[in-house]
Amino acid sequence: MRITYRDAMRLAIRDALLADPRVLLMGEDVGLYGGSYAVSKGLLDEFGPERIRDTPLSELGFVGAGVGAAIGGLRPIVEIMTCNFSLLALDQIVNSAALLRHMSGGQFSVPIVIRMATGAGRQLAAQHSHSLENWYAHVPGLRVLTPATVADARAMLAPALADPDPVVIVEHAALYNTEADVPEGLTCDIERAAVRRPGSAVSLVTYGGSLPKVLAAADVLAAEGIEAEVLDLRVLRPLDVASVATSLRRTHRVVVVDEGWKTGSLAGEVLARIAEECLFDLDAPPRRVCSAEVPIPYAKHLEDAALPQVEGVVAAVHQVIA
Amino acid sequence: MTTDRVRLLADMYRIRRMEETCAELYGLQKIRGFLHLYIGEEACAVGAVHALTDDDNILATYREHGHALMRGVPMNSIMAEMYGKASGCSRGRGGSMHLFDSSRRFYGGTAIVGSGLPQAVGLALADTMLARPGITVCFFGDGAVAEGAFHESLNLASLWRLPVLFVIENNLYAMGTALSRAQAQTDLASKAAGYAMTSSAADGMDVEAVHAAVSEAAAAVRAGRRPHLLELHTYRFRAHSMFDAELYRDRAEVDEWKKRDPIATYAARLVADGVLDKAGVDGLDRAARDEVTGAVEFAEATPWEPVADLLTDVHTPRGM
Repeated sequence: MRITYRDAMRLAIRDALLADPRVLLMGEDVGLYGGSYAVSKGLLDEFGPERIRDTPLSELGFVGAGVGAAIGGLRPIVEIMTCNFSLLALDQIVNSAALLRHMSGGQFSVPIVIRMATGAGRQLAAQHSHSLENWYAHVPGLRVLTPATVADARAMLAPALADPDPVVIVEHAALYNTEADVPEGLTCDIERAAVRRPGSAVSLVTYGGSLPKVLAAADVLAAEGIEAEVLDLRVLRPLDVASVATSLRRTHRVVVVDEGWKTGSLAGEVLARIAEECLFDLDAPPRRVCSAEVPIPYAKHLEDAALPQVEGVVAAVHQVIA
Repeated sequence: MTTDRVRLLADMYRIRRMEETCAELYGLQKIRGFLHLYIGEEACAVGAVHALTDDDNILATYREHGHALMRGVPMNSIMAEMYGKASGCSRGRGGSMHLFDSSRRFYGGTAIVGSGLPQAVGLALADTMLARPGITVCFFGDGAVAEGAFHESLNLASLWRLPVLFVIENNLYAMGTALSRAQAQTDLASKAAGYAMTSSAADGMDVEAVHAAVSEAAAAVRAGRRPHLLELHTYRFRAHSMFDAELYRDRAEVDEWKKRDPIATYAARLVADGVLDKAGVDGLDRAARDEVTGAVEFAEATPWEPVADLLTDVHTPRGM
């Protein structure tokens, strides 16, 4: 069946609501409005206002309510409109959801799924465009997923809900309109990275909204006779370092592409792990392609210049292969 | 008064003696980190928790030793937690500020001011959607009223008609900041009106007044499945924590409040009413001291968790 990433998320949420009466979706405009990215359109009519619960603009309050509901036996899916807005709820995610199990000596698991849109590319300027998923990937107690394909959007939610601990799902807003054929009965391993394109000349390690750009760069490189392997991390915490190392041992060269800022980035963590695990497998110094160290600007040409682009990835590969 | 008046006095002694011993153990470096004593405020937890049922959820703050004890968490496991022992009620991972007991619906023990309030809303939502009879009682201080979480949570609970009893233990100081220096409106119960919520206030130094106020409020929340805000006027006799030189309040003010000591005044009332004689009061005190002695012995005797277990309980083991 050919569906969009948006459809895939909606179908996954619908499946979850059908499968388990404890599941509910809550967030700003998830109900009558249909979701700010139209992910939940139609679900209110099917499941009613108890389970498709519109909230006031109270990120701290409704995420905290989600944490309490999870402790109380429900399986809430909490939608936060954007990663930038999630900072208003950071306390409940980092200081409570992630810590409660440990702080209570293992008495309280917090089975909450928190979904948020991330990323730039739509001229929404600095307060709607940042990629802060790396902040969540820093925190023990959380699992951080970044579905980059329609198939992952379709299949990641079920195992995330089955996880007894808090899961943050970060959806790049530029992906919602992407389309693919997705078979029925798809499953997803939320422990592992995935090779999206096999290759032997260089490993391109990426995740989320950068995946389509990296695949496009791999096409350009292939036309030049450079077969790049594209590895989609999929899970930012816990990082699947083994898959990164396996790819590197095949290619001996690596470029990490991450829409976050380079300083303190997930790309930096990936390179640090590579240095610890398999530095001597590298035949060339690694490279990172990240966003410029600037708040994302409004003007189209400046926004484009601030973000990782296909040309930049190709150029970085040329550097590590030269 | 259906609740046993002697029990109320006995429980206040248990909290007082436990915490006095904790302060001594802090001096001996047996207890470390932050230690926030509830001394002076015991009537709040004792009166309140005696008015609740086992089905009700309780959330408290980092000044929660009394609430935990009242909820039935054994003093042994509270004291062991203070020590950081694996036999503690949070297996030594939480300490003084993070007492938890899932079997008693005691949800901690939070040290982020105001963070329990949104979770109380969620617990009440879960009870409502899962058709469970309990209500959720969330204790917090006057300091939390300044947090956005207070306002967001009261609004959500009222908007969604959830059975939450919000209890402000107003001890007049948010750490060192007097209420009048932090709030434009110091009548905290009145804040409920902005959220179309009922409210009430009671003397938090009088255990029977607290019991009556919580009984009435809890009954309304239970029957109406609507939230309520209750303000208890109380006072902390000791410093905010063990690191507080108390530069922000007069000794005379503290002494004035100590004349209203909830334990001394209630003991005198029970003697005056002929419920207890002096020997009876002393017996309650002695029993509390003996329980504390036993708890310290337990905490001293039980083993430390092996460092090899450091990484446990970050995630739930698979298959659970």
